Amino acid sequence: MLSVDAVSRSFGDRQVLKDVSFQVGAGRMTGFVGANGAGKTTTMRIMLGVLGADSGEVRWQDRPLTPAIRQRFGYMPEERGLYPKMTVADQIVYLGRLHGMTATAARRSTDALLERLSLTDRGGDLVEKLSLGNQQRVQIAAALVHDPEVLVLDEPFSGLDPLAVDVVVSVLRDRAAAGAPVLFSSHQLDVVERLCDDLVIIADGTIRAAGSRQQLRADHASPRFRIEVDTDAGWLRDQPGVALIDLDGASAVFDLASDADDQEVLRAALARGAVRAFGPVSPSLTEIFREVNQ
Amino acid sequence: MTTFAAARLVAAREVRMKLRDKTFIFSTVFFLFIAIASTVVPALIDGGATKVAVTDRAAASALQSQGFEVTAVPDDAAAERLVRDGTVEAAVVAGPRVLAMDETPSDVVEALSVAPPVQLLNPSAVNPFLKFVVPFALAFLFFITSFTFGMQIAQSVTEEKQTRIVEILVSSIPVRALLAGKVAAMTLLAFGQIALVTLVSFVGMQVADVDTAVISQVGPAIGWFLPFFVLGFVMLATLWAGVGALAARQEDIAGASTPLQMVVMLPFFAVLFLTDNEPVMRILSYVPFSAPIAMPVRIFNGETAVWEPVASLLLLAISAAVFLGIGARIYEGSLLRTNGRTSFATAWRSRSTV
Repeated sequence: MLSVDAVSRSFGDRQVLKDVSFQVGAGRMTGFVGANGAGKTTTMRIMLGVLGADSGEVRWQDRPLTPAIRQRFGYMPEERGLYPKMTVADQIVYLGRLHGMTATAARRSTDALLERLSLTDRGGDLVEKLSLGNQQRVQIAAALVHDPEVLVLDEPFSGLDPLAVDVVVSVLRDRAAAGAPVLFSSHQLDVVERLCDDLVIIADGTIRAAGSRQQLRADHASPRFRIEVDTDAGWLRDQPGVALIDLDGASAVFDLASDADDQEVLRAALARGAVRAFGPVSPSLTEIFREVNQ
Repeated sequence: MTTFAAARLVAAREVRMKLRDKTFIFSTVFFLFIAIASTVVPALIDGGATKVAVTDRAAASALQSQGFEVTAVPDDAAAERLVRDGTVEAAVVAGPRVLAMDETPSDVVEALSVAPPVQLLNPSAVNPFLKFVVPFALAFLFFITSFTFGMQIAQSVTEEKQTRIVEILVSSIPVRALLAGKVAAMTLLAFGQIALVTLVSFVGMQVADVDTAVISQVGPAIGWFLPFFVLGFVMLATLWAGVGALAARQEDIAGASTPLQMVVMLPFFAVLFLTDNEPVMRILSYVPFSAPIAMPVRIFNGETAVWEPVASLLLLAISAAVFLGIGARIYEGSLLRTNGRTSFATAWRSRSTV
């Protein structure tokens, strides 16, 4: 388990991280979301040791991080960068070797990754000759070449086409399945929602919510229901304990007062005719995100 | 992985990339060309015995014994014809008179005259041509290599900042390993280039049959030049890396490196123009930035006591260590500040905690 423990950091007078603590569990895909400037990148840089923390520390398996441990981390910085005048394969092999791989191991791993990312036939091309999307794939390969024990990826999906997103997602899932903690930030909440097991939400340099996706949903679920009937659902307006949120002919979304019984509403609906659908609505990540950001 | 192993990987990459770089290959070829041109060509132009047409048999054998290429001709008219059509450079005719086209053939005249014995009371140890060329060549070599390679170090550092790959690099290896690898690679390449040029010059002198006395005169100066070069170069290289880290874009390098350019340029001109001013040269040969040029020049001119180069080299080593520290601190303090140019003071204060 990778844990961030009460980390604070200021730039000049501006405190960008205040007592930030959260965990990334082994084998878990953890989404890290927050508005621009909330402190995601700073947190990730501190985790990788690119930036120092003013106080607090980052621990891996209950030990403070050392450069030797960090060598086994895979990192994809927000600001992407590769040597433009180096070939794709040489570049990835070089980065693998900087992480302590032997030349043969680095080459083998590079070949496998390029294959996986459908870049095999571009291995000999200079990076500057690639399209942005392909450069992005190379960047992913650069983070994964040394078979890292921990992955920290800052916006790994930005700039990727949907097909590439799927490829990257499957690669990351494999890593998580192999037991690596995977932390990734993203603006695309729908991607995070689809992908993550756990979620950490940061705003203004403080952690607003953290936990498993189901847990967060349950925590932030208001007693909201959706119903679909055959005729007009306008009668719900007069049903005791029901606050209508949205009414569209035969379907409606409503909140239920805490002392009201959902089965009561269902019986009332059945008394009026056929019910096609009835059930609780769990909040989307976007809604949770909005809520904790307020 | 140790810092050393990481630095070695960085250095290996730098060297590989440089050896593929057209500018580097071109500059090496250019230097070799100059080296060959300045050693072999003068000897070739100079070479070949002067051709003389001679009517008198006694004069002919006298000239022949002194290495002239003698053509025997029957009469003065034939001799003059040969001079006019350029077959020979000069002719010795009855009188004896010497014929030539537009310039007095002093070697022929000298061979025919009886010179009084000359005794120099304070003979110059050094051939006047060499006395000019050697200081100039050493100063120029150090100046041009530390300038061009220095610029390239700065550019390669800035490139890593500008392309943002630096964040990946720094997250994998210590900043110091990155810096050390870069400086080591460039020093190796610069030294390799200089050594190659020196070697070719020596071979050129051998081929061109330059007097061995000359070679033995130049030898010690060049022998001392090499260690001075390495230390001087390393000292400057780290500063160049620091300057490169201050700049966020290639366009900023020129501005950020101006003070350093002065530090490289001033000693060059000082040594060039003040070669004959012994007190000034003595000082210059101890100032770390000019010592790599000034001390070998003084050694060449035979002005140094045995201990002097050693002392100066020691001083240079100490200041190289100090500047290594300063350059490294600037480099570390500014490497990750990718938004715009970093000031020297900010870089000095904000050393990252890595």
